[in-house]
Amino acid sequence: MTPISRGFRGRHPEPGAGKLPPGQYETHDFPVLSAGPTPHTPLASWSFTLTAGGKSARWSWAEFEALPHEAITTDIHCVTKWSKFGTKWSGVPIDALLAAGAVQGVQPAPFALALSDGGYSTNVPLADLTNGQAWIAVAYDGGPLPAEHGGPARLLVPHLYFWKSAKWVRELRLLPRDDPGFWERLGYHNYGDPWREQRYAGDP
Amino acid sequence: MTANGTASSESAPYTPQPLAWRLATVIRIVQETPRVRTLVFDVPGWPGHRAGQHVDVRLTAEDGYQTERSYSIASPPEDAHLSLTVERLENGEVSSYLVGELREGDAIELRGPIGGHFVWSVADGGPLVLVGGGSGIVPLMAMLRHRALATPEARGAIATRLLYSSRAWNEVIYRDELARLAMADPALTVSHTITREPPPGWTGFRRRVDRAMLEELVEAPRERPRLFVCGVTPFVETVADSLVGLGYEPAAIRTERFGPTGGAA
Repeated sequence: MTPISRGFRGRHPEPGAGKLPPGQYETHDFPVLSAGPTPHTPLASWSFTLTAGGKSARWSWAEFEALPHEAITTDIHCVTKWSKFGTKWSGVPIDALLAAGAVQGVQPAPFALALSDGGYSTNVPLADLTNGQAWIAVAYDGGPLPAEHGGPARLLVPHLYFWKSAKWVRELRLLPRDDPGFWERLGYHNYGDPWREQRYAGDP
Repeated sequence: MTANGTASSESAPYTPQPLAWRLATVIRIVQETPRVRTLVFDVPGWPGHRAGQHVDVRLTAEDGYQTERSYSIASPPEDAHLSLTVERLENGEVSSYLVGELREGDAIELRGPIGGHFVWSVADGGPLVLVGGGSGIVPLMAMLRHRALATPEARGAIATRLLYSSRAWNEVIYRDELARLAMADPALTVSHTITREPPPGWTGFRRRVDRAMLEELVEAPRERPRLFVCGVTPFVETVADSLVGLGYEPAAIRTERFGPTGGAA
């Protein structure tokens, strides 16, 4: 039985606003959350690596820029309770990345671990990254992705809580078994579906 | 372990217990500054926490509407009661309720503790460097209170520096308690900077925390201090970038960014 908070009325979502997952509220700014300092990797030394089964494919920034890009408009949901509707991104679909990797002999595996500058990592089942569900985003709101929001490149998996959208991502490692990432080892949910409110380990 | 059944028990770091919503009853309220209150709760069944962790608070309106926010825990793990210190934000849907409406005897729901990275305990040792801006002091205060409860020997072995940035002298949260702690503890140094309205006769810092201030106050990188930085995003970005620039290991710098969101930005 949920107790009523005496005297609390709340700010109900405006009519016509997007749909909010449970416990979330809409924000119009773009809060920044990360566990440490913001890395600033120069594009000249930046590369992106896709690895699986001992094989890897690597792209320099220029090579990565030459991969197919898409424009994305999507809602995002942070586990710290804010949601932001209609955010605009551009990036390389994971489908395109996998296709380019396959040419170099990198074969898919069922689990992915995204690895970032600064030591961050997060795990996502590969099935949640394919079929137009995820990108390596390099632009936000019409400009290069700012470092504090994960630039030059971040994973974008908008249907999961936003900690899964690893900032400063440099490698996608495909694995035969699941391998929990940074927050997943510190009590956050292994999967993180905002619509089922899977914030913390043990949430149903 | 998970709803999608993917993680095997070997790969899971531990068996997760669901973080249950608990009823928390206000037993005391402390007005800290004009916009900040500390709410002291009795939380039956509270599983304990580490200094630096936070909780989720959930409010429910009569029509069933619910919303949640996260707040850092102000009390040390040793306290029998759980304290949250909350700043009223402009248009803050939850903070204005917690600071303006909630009374002794009222109950809200909370669950936790949450967060396993921005945490410190006496066993982790020092030197300890805490840099806070505004209500970013709250999780750092839990660390200072926890440290203050250690034996004098243990405490004395952990050289600790707090650098705390506030806009005005009457906005310094825990001001008297910080002064008392520093007075009683030779290994603790508290430095304030007052960025907008320093009091008359103020001889301390009166600018935002910058690289020169950190270089002057903080143990050298070779001392390998543990660094915790908490405040609004621009504050944390500036401090963390400055610390990296001064040669501290990025991995030794733990940050907690928060922001007034959904209105004040």
